[in-house]
Amino acid sequence: MGRYFAIRIGRAALTIVLVVTFAFVVLRLSGDPALMILGPEAPPEVLAAFRKAWGLDDPIWFQYLDYFGAIAKGELGRSMRDGRPAIELVLERIPATLALTLPAFAFKVALGIPAGIYAALHRGSGIDRAVMVTAVAGFTVPSFVLALILVLVFAVQLGWLPSGGQDSWRHAILPIATLSLGGAAVLARFTRSAMLEVLGQPYIRTASAKGVPWRKVVTSHALPNAAIPTVTILGFMVGTLIAGAVVVESVFSWPGVGRLLVVAVANRDLAVVQCILLLVALTMVTSNLIVDFLYGFLDPRLRAKGAHA
Amino acid sequence: MAPLITIKDLGVAFHGVPVVRGVDLALRKGEALGLVGESGSGKSVTWLAALGLLPRNARVSGSVRLDGRELLGAPAAELDRIRGGRVAMIFQDPASALNPVLTIRRQLCEALALHRHLSGDAVKAEARRLLDLVGIPDAARRLSAYPHEFSGGQVQRIMIAMALAGNPDLLIADEPTTALDATIQAQILELLSTIRREMSMAMVLISHDLGVVAENCDRVAVMYAGRIVEEAPANQLFADPVHPYAQGLIGALPPLDGPRRRLTAIPGTVPDSARMPSGCAFAPRCALAEEPCGRMAPTLAPIAEDRAVACVRAEASRRALLGIAAE
Repeated sequence: MGRYFAIRIGRAALTIVLVVTFAFVVLRLSGDPALMILGPEAPPEVLAAFRKAWGLDDPIWFQYLDYFGAIAKGELGRSMRDGRPAIELVLERIPATLALTLPAFAFKVALGIPAGIYAALHRGSGIDRAVMVTAVAGFTVPSFVLALILVLVFAVQLGWLPSGGQDSWRHAILPIATLSLGGAAVLARFTRSAMLEVLGQPYIRTASAKGVPWRKVVTSHALPNAAIPTVTILGFMVGTLIAGAVVVESVFSWPGVGRLLVVAVANRDLAVVQCILLLVALTMVTSNLIVDFLYGFLDPRLRAKGAHA
Repeated sequence: MAPLITIKDLGVAFHGVPVVRGVDLALRKGEALGLVGESGSGKSVTWLAALGLLPRNARVSGSVRLDGRELLGAPAAELDRIRGGRVAMIFQDPASALNPVLTIRRQLCEALALHRHLSGDAVKAEARRLLDLVGIPDAARRLSAYPHEFSGGQVQRIMIAMALAGNPDLLIADEPTTALDATIQAQILELLSTIRREMSMAMVLISHDLGVVAENCDRVAVMYAGRIVEEAPANQLFADPVHPYAQGLIGALPPLDGPRRRLTAIPGTVPDSARMPSGCAFAPRCALAEEPCGRMAPTLAPIAEDRAVACVRAEASRRALLGIAAE
């Protein structure tokens, strides 16, 4: 068991290093922050001074080592736009993002999982088909299109809800709905297929053959098995809580981490972008670790493998 | 003696394609019946249908009576009491027949709680007793293990223990040893017949292995393409099969004693259940088939006490066999 987790934690750390390195290289090769922030009309000596001040004229490998040295000391750099610590800028945006992603996550689970289970149990029924059509629509329509449709219907046509901003809880409804619908669709499809797979297994027939009432066959025999693959997708969704709303925040002008990321990338505000990516990588990796741990908890076969590995 | 369970004119169809076509079977208390036939002949489906264990897309017709009470269309609660209580079933692939995420204790105690209404220490004691009975060593400790921690033979023993939990009157063993190797197979069959004798339980042994059936059953029914084509006491069927298909099956077995002879194979293959010939399903493969065989499917008719065969050419077939024997 210990080794099972040691391997996974090592892999997680490697993932984070790779993400940070990739972001570092791509950002520095894809544009000059001095030009982006000061503008093309800025005099050359001002640009040069800016580059020198931020260490942008050093060789890239030197900047890279410098950056890792700083991270090791817990420093994530400062924003090139206003000089504030990047981490501060990011942290103050997190509550706004979580205000969208947490309720959306709850709705995804509350809608998607029961819909998937119901569809699987009533396979081929009208409701199953309705759930599947909705689910396919839900995950083929990109979130920005869905967002625009919702704005068109509920803000423009009906005038019930605001189309953007963050002034009251009513402003959160459409962004949350956009995030929830797509995710619920993915989850419904996933849960349905996991459930169908399990319901076709011989041990389900065994349970019925020994006289277990169908309701209990579903709850105590099928669901614990179907939970194993479903946890994977849930883990992925938890991983996107911090930065999973980039598009939706942009469409609804919601001042969260996602919009900060878009603005920071456009400006090549390196420290801020890197800080967000580091945070995203950390949440992703952490949620994956939790999933691995849950696997061990849900599936005794994996527990045994871990113990013997 | 009144039969324990009677199946009358049982039909099963999937998406309009019939796979069981009018099966009649009766089983007395304590009797062991072998059901043989090739894969797809409807052996398992017959019993899954009788217990209401088929998926919803199966259309089941006819009648299945347990002590006179109709099972087909019976309310779910009544079926749940019968399944595992009066009629238990064990399956072919033990490795996937137990729930991988639940301990043996949970799965065994579930059956005990359902049918014996035991709880607390009594249920644990009974679970241990059952594991002891089926020959799982160190039962007390092994109860908290998961199915993957047992070998295939052990899992089948656990399945048998689970089936016995409700003190059933009838055990349906659906190819219980097919997935196991030969020595384990013999042990499991030995266990089944011991238990059957001790508990005076009736058993249906579904198998494609004639040898297994010959050794363990009083009576044998041979199925072909969704129908029973011959039914006879085990010793008589093997000594003197009447239906050409039964003759073919037995002719394909190597004799253990007597002079060596060439094994015969049945020409052709089982017809596709969606394209059944109009008359006898075996006629296209039958050496004795005549014009009437293609017209209508023969019904199972008695030819002696305890024996029945579904073949219009039964007499000719019997003579042909005797002729071969006289050579």
